[in-house]
Amino acid sequence: MKNWPLWEVFIRSKQGLNHKHVGSLHAANAEMAIENARDVYTRRKEGVSIWVVESVHITANNPEEHDELFEPASDKVYRHPTFYDLPDEVKHM
Amino acid sequence: MSQHTITVDTKTVQLDYILRMADNAMILGQRLSEWCGHGPILEQDIAITNIALDLIGQARNLYQYAAELEGNGKTEDDYPFLRDVTDFKNVLLVEQPNGNWGQTLMRQFLYDTFNYYFYSAMQNSTDERLAAIAEKSLKEIKYHMRYSSEWVVRLGDGTEESHQKMQDALSDLWMYTGELTKPDKLDEQMASSGIGVDLKSIQAQWQKKVDEVLERATLKKPESNWMQSGGKQGKHGEHLGYMLADMQFMQRTYPNMEW
Repeated sequence: MKNWPLWEVFIRSKQGLNHKHVGSLHAANAEMAIENARDVYTRRKEGVSIWVVESVHITANNPEEHDELFEPASDKVYRHPTFYDLPDEVKHM
Repeated sequence: MSQHTITVDTKTVQLDYILRMADNAMILGQRLSEWCGHGPILEQDIAITNIALDLIGQARNLYQYAAELEGNGKTEDDYPFLRDVTDFKNVLLVEQPNGNWGQTLMRQFLYDTFNYYFYSAMQNSTDERLAAIAEKSLKEIKYHMRYSSEWVVRLGDGTEESHQKMQDALSDLWMYTGELTKPDKLDEQMASSGIGVDLKSIQAQWQKKVDEVLERATLKKPESNWMQSGGKQGKHGEHLGYMLADMQFMQRTYPNMEW
């Protein structure tokens, strides 16, 4: 059981929302991963749908690349739609 | 006068029947809870104790109903905590010790399969309360059966060692499966009144499902068909007494304590 692969768990909390990453767990296969996820992450009614994916299949960016990947976006405030005068009639913007 | 006698008698019989169902769920739930903190891995520890809690919840529904039927100030706690071994009417299978993980899951599989067909039929009970409890419990039991069946196949059709352990577990436990679907007088009386389940009608379904899973698990039923029985009549093996000593310790030592 120590050799069981790691799985990442994604839960949809209710219809219409996205699946969100909630954590990871060990399981022998996908079927068991779903069942373990059900017991570990949804027993307090947290979900209506479960996705699992073996952790090795996830490609992540290298944290050392942080500056070149994310820094350039930090001084481009014009990408946020905050430069418009909104008529008073428009609510919830 | 005779009308009155019949009513009282029916109530007692029904109470006995409900307590059988409740005791099955309670004793198996208590057994499984012994795994808490000892599961082979964290995820399975949570899974098996989850099932334990489902079963204890089912037992509570039934004990609450029993207490209402009996009256006289009875509460749901009186049945599990204040009765002696011979008052428990659970089948022998559920009181068997946990053994290794495979033995626990084999016991669970044999029982879940019975429980599934039993509660499926119980949904049609003329007793609306029992029918409602059955409907609610069935969703949990369906999952239990799926979980334990998968484990029996996984370990039975696993390595040489896991296969042998599962075969031993099946051989040891098989003799306790007879009384699951063999009706006694109380079963027959309850079935004919429409309150209980006709065990003979679920016998074939149970057998078919068990055979199916055992085949996938490459396991063989023992050749001997000799069956042990007596649990439903309160005749238990030595294991139940030790278990109750554990379970009832607080109420026996500090009577009426609450938290």
